[in-house]
Amino acid sequence: MTDWIKQKKERARRLKEVVSLVSGKEVQPADVTALLERVICSGDRVCLEGDNQKQADFLAECLTQVDPSQVHDLHIVQSGLVLSEHLDLFRLGIARKLDFSYSGPQSAAIARALDQGKIELGAIHTYIELFARYFVDLTPNVALIAAVSADRKGNLYTGPNTEDTPTIVEATAYKNGIVIAQVNKIVDEVPRIDIPGDQIDFIVQAPKPFYVEPLFTRDPAAVTETQILMAMIALKGIYAEYRPRRLNHGIGFATAAIELLLPTYGEQLGLRGEVATHWALNPHPTLIPAIESGWVQQIHCFGSEVGMDRYMSARPDVYFIGHDGTLRSNRLLCQNAGLYACDMFIGSTLQIDLAGNSSTVTPDRIAGFGGAPNMGADAHGRRHVSEAWLKAGHEAAGSEGPLVRGRKLVVQMVETFGEGMKPAFVEELDSIALARKLGMPLAPVMIFGDDVTHIVTEEGIANLLLCRNADDVEQAIRGVAGYTPVGLARDRAKVEALRARGVIRRPEDLGIDLLQADRNLLAARSIRDLVTWSDGLYAPPSKFRNW
Amino acid sequence: MEKFTIQAQAKTTLGGKSPHALTGVVASGNLEILFERKEAPLTVTVEVMTASHGYKPVWEAVIKDFVERASPGGMHIAIHDNGARPDTVLLRLMQGARLMETQS
Repeated sequence: MTDWIKQKKERARRLKEVVSLVSGKEVQPADVTALLERVICSGDRVCLEGDNQKQADFLAECLTQVDPSQVHDLHIVQSGLVLSEHLDLFRLGIARKLDFSYSGPQSAAIARALDQGKIELGAIHTYIELFARYFVDLTPNVALIAAVSADRKGNLYTGPNTEDTPTIVEATAYKNGIVIAQVNKIVDEVPRIDIPGDQIDFIVQAPKPFYVEPLFTRDPAAVTETQILMAMIALKGIYAEYRPRRLNHGIGFATAAIELLLPTYGEQLGLRGEVATHWALNPHPTLIPAIESGWVQQIHCFGSEVGMDRYMSARPDVYFIGHDGTLRSNRLLCQNAGLYACDMFIGSTLQIDLAGNSSTVTPDRIAGFGGAPNMGADAHGRRHVSEAWLKAGHEAAGSEGPLVRGRKLVVQMVETFGEGMKPAFVEELDSIALARKLGMPLAPVMIFGDDVTHIVTEEGIANLLLCRNADDVEQAIRGVAGYTPVGLARDRAKVEALRARGVIRRPEDLGIDLLQADRNLLAARSIRDLVTWSDGLYAPPSKFRNW
Repeated sequence: MEKFTIQAQAKTTLGGKSPHALTGVVASGNLEILFERKEAPLTVTVEVMTASHGYKPVWEAVIKDFVERASPGGMHIAIHDNGARPDTVLLRLMQGARLMETQS
């Protein structure tokens, strides 16, 4: 006879093992490692909450201290692999297999560990792709998560960095998994309930508050005139042309420059209220001047950003704020919003090839994907229309009509030369060599060329929607690739023909006055200016304070 | 430090009356370019002082594009590049030509 409740019985068995270590749901910090050794079994799928920003760092440290002879061969399934402890799990033989999305600061360490065979790689996912698999074939057996506070029933307040937590807990708790939360403080009553206590098995007050990485702060003082020129080209050649009201910005300096130009150059172009009114966006400090100038109606956030909490709490008409008065973010929902409800994604990358494929992989770094591939992809399930979406679709099809669907605008902004004079345009992406070395059947590509609609460089815009064949695409890309080897190898006659067709547009074709490409055009020229714009509500992290 | 001169012929003489113009500040981690209206009407002379060796073909390409795009006939142009990237050089050259045309 089939046993239909094996998972339920296994959960009960594990919980019984730790009765002596807990009081109610509460665990003392010193007992956490012993608890983990009993509730985690070898071969388990474990999510050790590492989000884009928030890190369950105390639980990560405790997990590295379990006895590898008792607990081994774990399968780590988490979006961000950003702490050194995450890599230690593999080095120590506690974990073996990995499915993840983003590695950021550990990108070099992951590449080394893969090369040495210390990690068996499942796949590198985009965020919602990994979250989707949590509910299909990568459901965690145990989730170790982080929140700001908990009451004794286990109700959690995540604070503004809610991020991935509701998704991880949903997948784990409703499939007979075990959920353990580290919190900064155990309190009598939480300010709001982000995660109901009946989904949480254990809580521990960590010795220090969980770590949050400031990821989205770009210092206006570091914005160059080339980036300002690119921002002007994007505003005049794309925002003013297609009028995208709903959008997502990447985290690079080029898009920070656009944010800082909205109240100045954007205003000159008469675009306020016409574009960029509704956002799926992390709390970018560089958007403060545009918000304060009345450009922005609404922003939903993937996560929070260090220093932005008080400002956002004071702008509840713009941000999603709980009844307690603080931000509620949600990565799954915001990624979904970016995929289905935005007309445009615009962001930077490291390398672009002659078909418009882009990648941030270099031979010794695997940074993962994060959210960009979803933001930067045309959702074929979209059915509602907007002016920007239809215009892009009609340009791509070369026709209009009742069966011509729209397209999402996917804009890549790159300076032709990156750091250390490294060309951004290449004949072959470095990720192809990496895939060959690691035996990956598919090379990691951030955004595939068939999703890219425009490439903006300091030399101008290449509109790939208007390209009719691979040769058009190649010459359009070469035609904005500047003085890189790829750019110098252009067919000048073909590039001029593409320019005549409006496929390539130079600053002079757009009527841009180059003398305006000056730092005085930035609405804020320093972090301090951003503080002033925010009425003193923005509190920049100390590494960005230079006064 | 490498130093060389590139000469070119423009299609037209650069408009405006300004005798000279300066763009950029050499000490600011950026390049400095001095424009002077002292060549024959269609002649363009560019003197380059560069910190990076071996980039002469790139300079030639940048200046060829600049002459095509701005038609700066009559200009004597001196560049101290301070290690600037070619795109910054071109932006500064275009800005210098605009200054010569517009500044009185």
